[in-house]
Amino acid sequence: MVRHTIDVCAVLRSAVNQTYGNLLTRPTGMAVRHQIERELAAVREGGITSLDFSSIGMMDYSCADEVVAKLLVLLENEDPTRGGFVVFRGIGEDHLELVESVLTNHGLALVCVCEDGSPQLIGAVSTAERRAWEMVRSHGCAAPAELADAFGFGEDFVAEVLDALSRRRLVRRGSGGYLALVAADTVQ
Amino acid sequence: MTAVITVPTSLDDQTFEQVLEQLAQLPSDEKILIDARYTAWSSPYGLTALLALAQTLSEKPMLRVPEKDDTSSYWSRANFFKYAGELYELHGNVPPSRPAGEAGGLLEVTPVSRSDDVHTVVERIEKKAAAIITQNLHLESRAVMGFAMSLSEACQNIVEHAGRGGWVAVQNYNYRKRMGRHVVQIAVCDAGVGIRQSLESGNRRPLSDRWDDGQALETAVIQGTSRFPDPGRGQGFKGIRGYLRKWEGKLMVRSGTARVTEVPVWDDDVARRDRLAPMPGTQLLIMIPEKVDR
Repeated sequence: MVRHTIDVCAVLRSAVNQTYGNLLTRPTGMAVRHQIERELAAVREGGITSLDFSSIGMMDYSCADEVVAKLLVLLENEDPTRGGFVVFRGIGEDHLELVESVLTNHGLALVCVCEDGSPQLIGAVSTAERRAWEMVRSHGCAAPAELADAFGFGEDFVAEVLDALSRRRLVRRGSGGYLALVAADTVQ
Repeated sequence: MTAVITVPTSLDDQTFEQVLEQLAQLPSDEKILIDARYTAWSSPYGLTALLALAQTLSEKPMLRVPEKDDTSSYWSRANFFKYAGELYELHGNVPPSRPAGEAGGLLEVTPVSRSDDVHTVVERIEKKAAAIITQNLHLESRAVMGFAMSLSEACQNIVEHAGRGGWVAVQNYNYRKRMGRHVVQIAVCDAGVGIRQSLESGNRRPLSDRWDDGQALETAVIQGTSRFPDPGRGQGFKGIRGYLRKWEGKLMVRSGTARVTEVPVWDDDVARRDRLAPMPGTQLLIMIPEKVDR
């Protein structure tokens, strides 16, 4: 699987031609998102891109709405059989609440690798989606039939939940089942 | 004929209403003298609101500066006269301007009209704010991010909606009048189109019989509606309110003839006031108090 990293702070500095590392204001967010979109478009189909926020200082709602929420809306609206996947890294405790709020406002979710290296699902997800995502993550790859017993519901229901996660680009659909974007053993 | 408007001895968001009440009784083309000779203290809100007020008058008003040396010296260090000199005919002893940063507070009166100004404001304040929030207000370091977010969103309100520039100032002081604790106050004032007209311009007026400045404020500040239909818009106020609820802070937004307030437990303000004396634009106040162990 092709993995590619975009340093959001470097994008910020290049997109708005400034030296600061703060994601502030809507016009700044828009400029950063447009550049990230261009870089994502160049990534090969099905590739996983890490958006690295670890050098970002301050952040506000307007900028987070542009950089995080609108980017995810764009990805969700793409043809589910095409395009790439995005994992967020370096979103610190300080940013987390703000990002979650922006996601919830749009009914969105993302996969985030926390400071301790553990992948987390944050944003607006149902209990069933969260549970299925956790199971896929711990398995690395799983088919609905493998999860149905542990899930306590039928295979069809599990397939439906996993499909929904796949459409939201929170897991990848592969030939042998659904794959985690960041399996426990692939965390860098 | 020149009408004299007396500025209260202590100028803050509450007493500034007295200035507006005096002004409301005068014809719009009256020559105005704002008399601040006996003003001994002003909050950041008072200073930024005085600047915005001058923009609303058809003829350049006069301003008699405070007679007390301490007061006029502070107003000078806070950069007030730097901008007041362009908007008012200044009378009295105006202390010489000092280099920025000598006000001893967080951020002197600073103009905001473009997105870049918001970046500049947050960057100038970032380090000092972190120290004051953790050392003076005794809040956890994670409160710094919300502070920067609140400041940024409040300033962006001018850039996105006012249609003309405004001012921001941030100060930390001991708020003896209400609670005897340290507070940090952010004041952001403009004399732009105001919230009601902003919502009307985007056809975002709710379907209700009643529509006035108070309703417009509730629509924008409490319900998070912006003039833009985009669902991500209008969340700035929601974010500020959430942050202030967590740290027992206060938010007051005034526009036109009304003001709405998120009233914390330590304050005796009211949630909404209507039929105030009119002032164009939007004036916003954020207060974050020192944390005390209960």
